[in-house]
Amino acid sequence: MELLARAARDGVPPDIDALIAAVPYCAWLGLSARIDVERVVLEMPFDTKLIGNPIIPALHGGVIGSLLETAALVQSIYATGSASIPKPVDITIDYLRTGRAVTSFASARLARQGRRVVNVHAQMWQEDEMKPIAALRGHFLLA
Amino acid sequence: MTTEPPNLLLHSLMKAQDGTAFVRALGAEIVAAEPGKSTMRLPYSRAIIGNPDTGVVHGGVITGLLDHACGMAVGTALGVIVTDPAKRASTSYATLDLRIDYLKAAKPGSDIMVVGECVKITRQIVFARGRAYQASPDEPIAMATGTFMLTELRASADTKA
Repeated sequence: MELLARAARDGVPPDIDALIAAVPYCAWLGLSARIDVERVVLEMPFDTKLIGNPIIPALHGGVIGSLLETAALVQSIYATGSASIPKPVDITIDYLRTGRAVTSFASARLARQGRRVVNVHAQMWQEDEMKPIAALRGHFLLA
Repeated sequence: MTTEPPNLLLHSLMKAQDGTAFVRALGAEIVAAEPGKSTMRLPYSRAIIGNPDTGVVHGGVITGLLDHACGMAVGTALGVIVTDPAKRASTSYATLDLRIDYLKAAKPGSDIMVVGECVKITRQIVFARGRAYQASPDEPIAMATGTFMLTELRASADTKA
């Protein structure tokens, strides 16, 4: 991506919020990003289209997975200065608590950064970061 | 397991689908269903793109469909998703974990087919598998392994508990 290539060329961190806005599915989910020290924190306001179980109502498991995978991706880009969007190899999502109809947050850290592959751990929470509603562990190929 | 005609089951699934806003908003549809198995189709659209340079679909979209297809396979196997509400099993289930292997990038512009299958039902845990493909079921683009927990024990199992 031009946005990422330019940041890599200039040796500055990429504008993750602009990246999120440029990715149609991230925009569709309503995501926004902020940088908290060296960590990207994603925010996803609740929207009725994110519902999986209308009775509770609860966020769809796929929405939870999408937010976590995006958090893992953008942290990988931010930490490595990758000029393109890494490719997911595999992910495992642990569903810990019900995703309620409120704003959600997610962030990730690189457990291991290799030359070609990163191992990333991501967490998602709502009101209390100490009470995660889901977690992800995954591998991503740096282009 | 119930032995309802697939077309009736499909009908009730389509109606149940109205309650699943996320899947409906993505533009996905259920194309086949039977006890323990479900098949969905997702047409390509701009909203599901994860890489604006290549047009490749976001991995989270495929995860979402696999999660849903596995969940429906479990629901139909347990008799939670049924044609006749009076015959609905008095149980519920929640996803414990889901593992996705992204075998290759989805080809932009093509439909994505997703199949979920229930593998094993035990007293407290249900195991499911899923796969996504485009041109041919023999060339999967992603595979899923899901584990679900029964949140209310099945009536038939309660007596043995």
